[in-house]
Amino acid sequence: MRAIGLILVVILGSVLVYGSLEFPPWGDPMSPACCHVSPYYIEKALEDTAVPNLVTAVLADYRGYDTMFETIVIFTAGIACIFLLRNFQKKTPQSRLYRHIPTGITLRIEKMGKFPETSAVFERIDSVWVPHDVIVKTTCRLIVPFIQIFALYVIAHGHHSPGGGFQGGVILGAAMIIFSIAFNLRSGIQRMQERSTVMLSVLGVFIYAATGAVCMILGSNYLDYSALAHILGVDPAMARSHGILIVEIGVGIAVMAVMVTLYYNLASAGRYDEGL
Amino acid sequence: MIWQVEFTILIIVIILAVGALSVKDLLGAAILFGAYSFMMCLLWAIMGAVDVAFTEASVGAGVSTVLFVAAVFRTSRRTEN
Amino acid sequence: MDVFLDVLISRANYWAYIALMMIGLYGIVAKGNLIKKIIGMNILQTAVILFFISIGAKQKATIPIIEHGDETAHATVSAAHYINPLPHVLMLTAIVVAVATLGVALALVIRIHQQYHTLEEREILKQIRDA
Repeated sequence: MRAIGLILVVILGSVLVYGSLEFPPWGDPMSPACCHVSPYYIEKALEDTAVPNLVTAVLADYRGYDTMFETIVIFTAGIACIFLLRNFQKKTPQSRLYRHIPTGITLRIEKMGKFPETSAVFERIDSVWVPHDVIVKTTCRLIVPFIQIFALYVIAHGHHSPGGGFQGGVILGAAMIIFSIAFNLRSGIQRMQERSTVMLSVLGVFIYAATGAVCMILGSNYLDYSALAHILGVDPAMARSHGILIVEIGVGIAVMAVMVTLYYNLASAGRYDEGL
Repeated sequence: MIWQVEFTILIIVIILAVGALSVKDLLGAAILFGAYSFMMCLLWAIMGAVDVAFTEASVGAGVSTVLFVAAVFRTSRRTEN
Repeated sequence: MDVFLDVLISRANYWAYIALMMIGLYGIVAKGNLIKKIIGMNILQTAVILFFISIGAKQKATIPIIEHGDETAHATVSAAHYINPLPHVLMLTAIVVAVATLGVALALVIRIHQQYHTLEEREILKQIRDA
């Protein structure tokens, strides 16, 4: 296998190197990639859409159809992960582990015993529990609100600075993931349950597709945001800017839900009980 | 941009890619992959692709590494290859 | 020799990107462990994205966010002043697709491990043949 791999790689590499001799010099302003459509995007995007960030304008407005299908791809990946891994049978003889906080004694209660109710002195731990986690827990508790505010800032300022819906959605999902890592997976699942993540991912895709449908109902093409000028009451360039903001919010919500779903399924191998 | 910086980071990226494929400990491979993603993000920021660099920093060096570590945690950690 | 040195210096970065792509491809084909194959796939994906982004670079041009001076004075925005935003847009979608495939691939790996209790390709094929 290794010999085949090496021969294949060498042959393909030399073909690509031979092809690279024909390239234009690096950074040429007259190269074929920079000559056809992209001067139009650079020169006209600001007056057409009132959005200074060219990448966001092209991504969500001029090429908005591609971005809608990209959101659908992310949603499909979350659904596929659930279908592959999710295991609904409970492991039948359950013995839970509890820890008495003041003395540090760990109890293992078999299935015939009586589980302690939630109280301040007994906490339920996983089978891979580690002590000495005060620093991690305190830092996480302090920093997660700021991560979420920053993520919302990234989504909202996608028009003027690098950012946008996808980046903000991933950072929001990462905030939930860091919470689930610092505490245990069960508290993470209590905050954001499986039903919420699936519904939020569907909501994100629906917001994007519904914006296009609203534009079509108002008489224009699908995903032509200038038709929103009728219901928003602004001129068409600002309507396109607002349309971009709405779809970026949809993308952000969908991506956050799918990141959290992927983490929950992978860390607990589908059972949603214990995790990293 | 400054070609010395770009050249150095390219060399580091190639070393990290070869390293991530060669180590025998899968957790080390996942962490080296996270470092590779972050160096790629720097390379794109040097070339002026700030949106792409932002996305790769949050996705590659953040969520992707965590997913790899979670998968290694649920399966085995050593490999002979 | 001079011609070769000229060609080498002007194309060296493209050859480095091709080397990265080939490292990723070698990882997919030749490594026996499933997680190493997935790492190789991701290295190939990010190397292709790097190659695409390098096409959009322009000398003496700035990042594709229109500055405040051009916006308020309504001066014409010149296309040679900003780098090409089109490869960035396409590669954003590529990164999203890469993370989606990574999630599904790792879910498949965990499922295979639950069934066969190993991650080496040779042992899995042997178990399939013997069963």
